[in-house]
Amino acid sequence: MKTTIVALLLTLAGLSAQAKLNVVATTPELAAIARAVAGDRADVVSLAKPTEDPHFVDPKPSFVVKLARANVLVEGGAELEIGWLPPLLEGARNPNLIRIAIAPGIQLREVPTALDRSKGDVHAMGNPHYMTDPINGQIAAQRIADGLAQRDTAGAETYRANLAKFNARIEAKMVEWKKLLAPFAGKQVVAYHNAWPYFGERFGLKIDLFLEPKPGIPPTPASLAEVITKMKAEHLHVVIVEPYQNRKTADTVAAETGAVVVPVTQYPGGVKGTEGGYVELIDYLVNAIAKGLAQ
Amino acid sequence: MKIILLCILLALPAGVSMGAEDSELDALKKMMLQMQQQMQQMQEKIQQLESAHTNAPPVAAPVPVALPAWTPSQPITVARSGNAYMNMSFDALVNAGWSTERNVNSVLNLGDHDPSQRGFSLRNAEIALDGAVDPYLKGFANIVLKLDNNNETEVELEEAYGQTTSLPFNLQLKAGQFFAAFGRQNQQHPHAWAFVDEPLIMNRVLGGDGLRNVGTQLSWLVPTPWYTEATLGVFNGGGGTTFSFRDTGNTYGRTPVDRGLSGPGDLLFVPRLASSFDIGDTQTLVLGASGAFGPNDSGSNTWTQIYGVDAYWKWKSPEANGGFPFVSWQTEAMLRRYDAGADATVSLPAETLEDWGFYSQVLYGFHLGWVAGLRGEFVSGNAGVNDTNDVLLRGDRFRVSPNLTWFPTEFSKLRLQYNYDHGQAFGDAHSVWLQLEFLLGAHAAHKF
Repeated sequence: MKTTIVALLLTLAGLSAQAKLNVVATTPELAAIARAVAGDRADVVSLAKPTEDPHFVDPKPSFVVKLARANVLVEGGAELEIGWLPPLLEGARNPNLIRIAIAPGIQLREVPTALDRSKGDVHAMGNPHYMTDPINGQIAAQRIADGLAQRDTAGAETYRANLAKFNARIEAKMVEWKKLLAPFAGKQVVAYHNAWPYFGERFGLKIDLFLEPKPGIPPTPASLAEVITKMKAEHLHVVIVEPYQNRKTADTVAAETGAVVVPVTQYPGGVKGTEGGYVELIDYLVNAIAKGLAQ
Repeated sequence: MKIILLCILLALPAGVSMGAEDSELDALKKMMLQMQQQMQQMQEKIQQLESAHTNAPPVAAPVPVALPAWTPSQPITVARSGNAYMNMSFDALVNAGWSTERNVNSVLNLGDHDPSQRGFSLRNAEIALDGAVDPYLKGFANIVLKLDNNNETEVELEEAYGQTTSLPFNLQLKAGQFFAAFGRQNQQHPHAWAFVDEPLIMNRVLGGDGLRNVGTQLSWLVPTPWYTEATLGVFNGGGGTTFSFRDTGNTYGRTPVDRGLSGPGDLLFVPRLASSFDIGDTQTLVLGASGAFGPNDSGSNTWTQIYGVDAYWKWKSPEANGGFPFVSWQTEAMLRRYDAGADATVSLPAETLEDWGFYSQVLYGFHLGWVAGLRGEFVSGNAGVNDTNDVLLRGDRFRVSPNLTWFPTEFSKLRLQYNYDHGQAFGDAHSVWLQLEFLLGAHAAHKF
């Protein structure tokens, strides 16, 4: 009897060891990196869609089910998901969930010294859009590999190998990306929302003029007029806009200033040509912005 | 770091060398040498690691993959929300408006947080606290302050409960004072409502304060492929916040019998089952069925049953900006059977009062920050012997409410609502209400 139970338990353990890990990522770029690191040892899903505003994702009950069954959660950890992740985790009641937060490994920029909502919807922990810098993408990959290995020790070797592959791809591409943007060093680019300081810093661009008068506050005619004046004075001619942001507003500003509107995204799949994964995403961004600046 | 270590090591032998023997000095010197060698080795290792990383392809910037360590030169930020033990927020709903009905809160707006009089009123200013108690519990409290029509402040401990976070088998246990999981809107705080007032069927069968009481609740996330949650709440079931149960203030003309609890069977039981389905990537449907069963105070052996069904559907654009645009539809229908006891002193017989009704509301978030809403409601019931005195709570009534809400940010809103009201008790009434909400601090995110 005893041996049967032991045998049964061993078989069960064997089965569960062979079953794929269930990984849930809050946003699609984290999912893409988790996929690259986990290979075929995990099924990875993203909660947020690549085309929607990541600040305002609906905490759908189906997400509760996903989190209840997940082994690992990959999250930004810089309060980007604060409006929707906590009720999901509460509903999921999954005490065994391993949470991999990326932000503790990142030097966050623009950490406010005082919290004051009259300055807009400023994130208390700093600007959470750090994944647009591929070096931060590498940090994310490292943290994901560590977290996965903790849950699935048998796969540790695979994760390490996949991480090395991912890092090598980024490093190889980095040369190309830097070369592409080098001619535009110091150039200023206009964005809808302040989501690009990490990308700008990495590639020597100043992305510090915004269509939003304050973070999360919709543009008004007066605030746009101010932006237009600045753009004309500084001869700025590239406006970057994400899929969920008001394209019409950007088009109006572009028409007034003779600028080009470049569709960008922080998420693989947000814009056509970025579906492949994280490296493809950065590749698209660098090429699209370089092309816009060259015009 | 290295310098400090060396200084300490150098200072140590200097201090003790006076009476120290040569052998001790030698030993220390040896140790220092060893440490120096170790440090050198470590440095070389670090360099090796660094170059292994950066040499492979010639990347301009160093690749700091490891977690950057904190150094004293870095600023420490103390004002982070994640660094507090709890979220703390203050939320106020301020009303202004007018109605053709003079007695607003005694005739028209029976919800406790509804606009309560012509002109200005403030019926909901809540202090919400929530956070993790320890690794096993989270805590939540909602303390509501409101001004009555004499501008006196009333205080209510609306909710105060602990909830488990790590029970096995997908279970969750809650205990304290809290809103019963009956239907959809009953579980939401007024500032999350889509209209300035409580639906009529809710104030008729759950009460103007909603159905909330002190008790406990077990909920189970059922392991079905789609979302299903089964909930059972058990409450004491006494007082004004359990209006249809042991509330001596609501007995439909009968002399109240303050019967208390004579056994666990006299508790109030509130079961609920809710399921949710995604229709494609952009639509979500939630369906629920609830019940509430317990004794009432109109007799010594009189009971109440409430049944409810609710549906919520939402479409949100795949390119939603700030959550807009969206369309949502929410409907709840409820039926109550209230056994009213016989009372010879006021010559009222035993009878079963049946009340039913529904509301249905559509919201259209048509532009970032802008929501247009329309709600229709109807309530009715069977004929009761005492109905001429209970006409406010039992007569037929319907109401249509269009409204428009503007959210400058998610921390404030301005809502304009018109109510066309028709009831047996008062005929026709027209009301216009403007509501301002503002929220300070960190407030826990709401459920779907």
